[in-house]
Amino acid sequence: MSSMSQQRHPLFVPLIFVGGLIFGFGLGFSHMARPEVVLNFLQFEDFGLLFVMGGAAVVTGIAFALVPRLFDRAPLTGDTYGRRLKSFDRNVLIGGAIFGVGWGLSGICPGAAYASLGVGNVTILWALAGMFVGAYLQGYWRSQRATSRTTPTGAD
Amino acid sequence: MVTELFAPALYEALFPAGISRYAVGGLLVGLGAVVIYLGTGIPAGASTFLESTLSYVSDQSRFQRYVSSRDWRVVFTLGIVAGAFGYALTFQSGLVSSGLYESGTTGQLYDVAGFSFWSTDVQPWRLFIGGVLVGIGTRIGKGCTSGHGVCGVGSGSKTSIVGVITFLIVAIGTAQVVMALGVSP
Repeated sequence: MSSMSQQRHPLFVPLIFVGGLIFGFGLGFSHMARPEVVLNFLQFEDFGLLFVMGGAAVVTGIAFALVPRLFDRAPLTGDTYGRRLKSFDRNVLIGGAIFGVGWGLSGICPGAAYASLGVGNVTILWALAGMFVGAYLQGYWRSQRATSRTTPTGAD
Repeated sequence: MVTELFAPALYEALFPAGISRYAVGGLLVGLGAVVIYLGTGIPAGASTFLESTLSYVSDQSRFQRYVSSRDWRVVFTLGIVAGAFGYALTFQSGLVSSGLYESGTTGQLYDVAGFSFWSTDVQPWRLFIGGVLVGIGTRIGKGCTSGHGVCGVGSGSKTSIVGVITFLIVAIGTAQVVMALGVSP
């Protein structure tokens, strides 16, 4: 992990920015940065949003399948190309359900919230503030729990 | 074309704003993720930024584990904001147009220096409480719409597919209940 920050390619950060630019432009163009459009989808009034996630997953799916076969290592990090595979446990269901309630109530998810700020939606700062509060609450709770587990609990 | 697979009235009911802006936008979202992946090997998600940025102000171990990636995650987020700003200056402002782009009727447009910006009508309490739950849920659930939905599904990850199905079904249920209770917008 530390090798990346110690010897980083000079184009690493610029490339991340360019990727973010395209990503954010797409979220604006698709109107997914507008909570109303997400809510219209969840309320079955406009199913177009399926094409945003679907279109994006098709592009990443092709790239994630082809790139590891065509190239050995990523030029800017020297890392091998992997896929995004996370272990399954009940947290995926619990967290997914909590996220679902939040997404269904507000119509906004993290990437779309950043993009929403970019299209001029100052009101979305309420959602961004909420997301930081939520991320902090779960992180604080889980950090404390991890600490109490590693600290020996004496019988005295 | 997809259009011809449906009767026109059904298509109009399912996709009142057409599909091209959604599909083009989605392809660009995927392309942005692929550009980062090609150069760095990283399948990026948007919600880790929340925790990695908290590591600047909190010593909690859950946040400190992201110290090595926190600076580029800030850059990724600033890129997303700037890319959406670029969309606002062009297509949203009507200075660039395309047959593939359909402008919407949601929310409020307001003008600054000849450009059109957009603001939501969704009530702040929905945004804030929803945001808190999004912040908790995406981090416990190991990903959000971009991490699970775009990169995870694109990786064929069963965990991500189950994650997406979970948050999609719960979100639909929540939005339908909130609508039925008469909360709008």
